[in-house]
Amino acid sequence: MTPEALLERVAALLPAARALPLAEMRGQAVVTLPREGLAEALTALRDDPDTRFEQLTDVTAVDYLGRTPRFEVVYQLHSLAHRHRLRVKVAVDEADATVPSAAPVWRSALWAEREVFDLMGVRFAGHPDLRRILMYAGFEGHPLRKDYPLMRRQPLVPERDPIAQPWFPPAGGAR
Amino acid sequence: MTEPAAHAPAVRDPHEPGDIMDIQMGPSHPASHGTIKFNLKLDGETIVDVDVEIGYLHRGFEKMCEQFTWNHCFPYADRLNYASPLLNNVGFALAVEALAGIEVPERCQYIRVIVGELSRICDHLTCLGMGASEIGAISAGFYMIEARELLYDLVEAITGARLTVTYCRLGGVMKDLPEDIAERCRGIFQQTRRILADCERLLIRNRIFVDRMMGVGAMDRATAIDWGLTGPLLRATGEAYDVRRAHPYLVYDRFDFEVPTGTRGDNYDRFMVRLAEMHQSMRIVEQALAQLPPGPIRIEDPRYVLPPKDQVYGSIEGLMNHFKLVIEGQKVPAGEVYVATEGGNGELGFYLVSDGSGRPYRVRVRPPCFYGMAALGDMLRGAMVADIITTFGQINMIGGECDR
Repeated sequence: MTPEALLERVAALLPAARALPLAEMRGQAVVTLPREGLAEALTALRDDPDTRFEQLTDVTAVDYLGRTPRFEVVYQLHSLAHRHRLRVKVAVDEADATVPSAAPVWRSALWAEREVFDLMGVRFAGHPDLRRILMYAGFEGHPLRKDYPLMRRQPLVPERDPIAQPWFPPAGGAR
Repeated sequence: MTEPAAHAPAVRDPHEPGDIMDIQMGPSHPASHGTIKFNLKLDGETIVDVDVEIGYLHRGFEKMCEQFTWNHCFPYADRLNYASPLLNNVGFALAVEALAGIEVPERCQYIRVIVGELSRICDHLTCLGMGASEIGAISAGFYMIEARELLYDLVEAITGARLTVTYCRLGGVMKDLPEDIAERCRGIFQQTRRILADCERLLIRNRIFVDRMMGVGAMDRATAIDWGLTGPLLRATGEAYDVRRAHPYLVYDRFDFEVPTGTRGDNYDRFMVRLAEMHQSMRIVEQALAQLPPGPIRIEDPRYVLPPKDQVYGSIEGLMNHFKLVIEGQKVPAGEVYVATEGGNGELGFYLVSDGSGRPYRVRVRPPCFYGMAALGDMLRGAMVADIITTFGQINMIGGECDR
């Protein structure tokens, strides 16, 4: 499907979606969605036979410091059947930086959302296992935020007996 | 003989559930290439649960890129997947050029295809050679490293470096191909094909190899798609998704090549897919060399490309242009773009946001092996401890790319 046709189909499917101008987006299909009902909207995009986004390619976030709402969570969707892509952007503010998790819709969101939480500090409601992934458990702050100082030193973490106090969840809990 | 002592412990039924052992494998384990930790829950030798811990090689690539100009990011992009630095280089260049609206000259596009495919062969040779030697086929591993050395010689002749190439520039490439490239390619491909044929004979019907690989780490097509897998991992399940074919970029639509797929989605199929892809990559390079058109290798746009050195040292305009580009960086128009290319491990995507200044506002890499590592727990649950090595080897996690 061409980006124009795809945007029309998405607008018909999701009345809350706002398409961004194609010329500004270098010809790529981009929509913004409100945070409310996000998981349902993403499920609809996955299941609709015309869009059929079977794959969540990536989840990331951008910190627009000084703008309200401050964060934008970005989902890259890809349809293997139709060979088209869609970018979904959700704006969230710093005071309540929480987005519904896409993990029930696509399993690839499990780690991708952990990384966004780790580096950007956006929380994902309903994520089964939201903990740091690239940084260690005792890390303070979220390094990809624009107000995280580049040269900031981290406090030393106390020595921990990994057998007596494992920080990873018990068997069956990690997924 | 004497009666057993009354206090001797009763023999435990090994199949009795509930006796789970915690083992931490890694972060530095001699049998896993890459710094990675597996928090295992074992029942005997069976993996009940595994929590994969990554991040040991996190250098803050995305944060670093925000501090420098666009051209400064190319050396960093090399160090993402250091088994195929040229593919990252090309991917990053394409993304920035899409953002800036630059179309590079035809010869440059061909050169990028050629160096990218050479790099892909190196990547697959590393993955398969290491994967084979980890399960005991050390000679096959060394043969493949020999082929990789030959290709590294070629990469060195083209870029001047074996690994840290920094070959692409915004709007072109650093320098033209050497004159005897077609000749050298022919000789090296001949040797590479001979080595690959040797390795195929050594491995693919070898009893030990087949027992360790076939049916191990299997994942079906729907699950693999759900986990966001791409590249050889996805193609091994039968889904013929290759970014070069599905969304052609550069001049890939002009070449005749196949997208090899598997059927079972296990480690054996992943191995065979990568093996077949190397032959396809060599075909692409040969066609590209035959079609290679003459012409410039970079655009001529003073906003993006450094002026020639005689102008820098010979005229005030050239000096000023050079100074502005180096100190302030290329002013890429504000906006955002997501560009995906086929990396060594799958879809390598760059999501770039520019605010119109000379520095990137946000650089996000979509690392293909990150998603492979996310799915690794699912592949391993219920398998044996020894299967970790083969499955992990075929995912081909590259720490630089996975942890950034």
